[in-house]
Amino acid sequence: MKFSGLRLYTILYLVFLYAPILLLPLFAFNDSKVIAFPLSGFTTAWFAEMWADTQLHNALKNSLIVASSAAILATTFGVFAARASTRFNFPYKAGIMGLVMLPLVLPEMIVAMALLIVLLAMGVNLSIFTIILGHVLICTPFAVAILSSAFQSLDKSLEEAAYDLGETPLSTFRLIILPLVMPGIVSSLLISFTISLDEFIIAFFLGGNQTTLSVYIFGQFRFPAKVPSIMALGTILVLLSIVLLSIAEFFRRRGLARSGTKDTGGFL
Amino acid sequence: MAQETRWGRFRRSEAASGYLLVSPTAAYAILLLAAPLAMIILYSVFRDGYLTVIPAFTFDNYVETWSSPIYRSVMIRSLSVSMAVTLVTVLLAYPVAYFVSFHVDPSRKSLWLFLITIPFWTSYLIRVFLWKVILGYNGVVNSALMSIGVIDEPLTWINYNIQAFVVTLAHAYAPFAILPIFVAMEKIDRSLLEAGQDLGESRLMTFWRVTLPLSMAGVVAAVLIVFIPVIGDYVTPNLIGGGKIPMIANMIENLMLVRDNKPLGSAIAVSAMLIVTVVSLIFVFLNRRFLGGTK
Repeated sequence: MKFSGLRLYTILYLVFLYAPILLLPLFAFNDSKVIAFPLSGFTTAWFAEMWADTQLHNALKNSLIVASSAAILATTFGVFAARASTRFNFPYKAGIMGLVMLPLVLPEMIVAMALLIVLLAMGVNLSIFTIILGHVLICTPFAVAILSSAFQSLDKSLEEAAYDLGETPLSTFRLIILPLVMPGIVSSLLISFTISLDEFIIAFFLGGNQTTLSVYIFGQFRFPAKVPSIMALGTILVLLSIVLLSIAEFFRRRGLARSGTKDTGGFL
Repeated sequence: MAQETRWGRFRRSEAASGYLLVSPTAAYAILLLAAPLAMIILYSVFRDGYLTVIPAFTFDNYVETWSSPIYRSVMIRSLSVSMAVTLVTVLLAYPVAYFVSFHVDPSRKSLWLFLITIPFWTSYLIRVFLWKVILGYNGVVNSALMSIGVIDEPLTWINYNIQAFVVTLAHAYAPFAILPIFVAMEKIDRSLLEAGQDLGESRLMTFWRVTLPLSMAGVVAAVLIVFIPVIGDYVTPNLIGGGKIPMIANMIENLMLVRDNKPLGSAIAVSAMLIVTVVSLIFVFLNRRFLGGTK
């Protein structure tokens, strides 16, 4: 192997990427209150302790409501924007799409504070509803990116054939376009759900006294005794993320296979 | 009449269909993003009252932001952390992108990319906290090194400081740097590399004169996509630094919520966005010769 040096480097890099995540299950099953080597023994007690906290149940319920709503709304907005930008030309398109994609590069703190100021000035009560408003904003750019590539690979002649056969724009969309971009929609829903589930800053500042899973975890960090049960919770969350992402990746690839385009890889 | 036909023509035009379709998303972004950002800019030139904001025009907030040594040192710290993270992330990422693009079988490329992106999608909060656990005084690194007898006392230069910020953030933003560089490399016409070598260039010179310049567009994108969000990071200084080494986002939070001085907080937020924009534009300008013709 001529390039074994490069391969070795890449593998070491992957080890660096995965090192923290691999420590999670190690300490989640470790029979010690202190997160340090050497390991002392196997236990599942931390998982039981984690689940015994009723605050977690409430945070989990809030997170599921927020993440599902944000995923559905962001994907809906994503379908509109991605369809408009891939199918039509209109003045100021770059500017409008730039604004929609802006949260990708804007620090979340600035998005959160700007929204907070406006909501407080309008006298809106902070709740999980205001978290959803913020999460839709930051999930939409990801939805647009995924859906744009789905809409981009559509063959325009299929749509024209439908018009020639007497279908209306709406029925063409429902019968021809929607089924073809369906894998993209599923992938966008899953990615938006994952982003919203993990998001902390907006949930922390716009949630008022309502906590989501990430805000709950942040609160637990203050108590050193709670660290092992957070490791247990983290293990479950990492597994859940990997499952959701694998399903999203499966649908993304099926979408590419269905439209016959080459795989360019990656979600971003 | 003339007006109506023009309106009628517009309604059937491509532009009208585009606007109609994009309008829900655009309206949402204008109401919940553009308007709040405008509000921040407006607040930054208002005066702070007790629990209120007085709508009287003033530049005092900006004068304080730019002249106070506290805010200046926080700003400089955020900039230097962000630059260090960007440098480390992009330098470490480049060979990985190169390997996946040039030395991995095309059918397995997306598997490699999937492997690289998975850690990015797992809870950011937990990953930052894990680095605190790994690098802490009684942390994983110190306890492991002590138990195998490499060191007698815990290392202190890795705990809760700027170096720990850089490691944590470089880890968090790694995929952001790899993907744009990879995409730029995928666009490089492979026959150019063969041409270079046919004309007698060594492998290294071909890389230096063909591959590197052609992949610079990706490097520039990677730099921007890491540099801009890192400067506004809130969680790492809070968890790793224990709030004792604030960065700009922690400062903004403190001013807006704890000290309830929204105009000053807004002025700092606007100044930070301006500095980031200016630094990014300078960087793009310096690399302009690599960016021509890529769009």
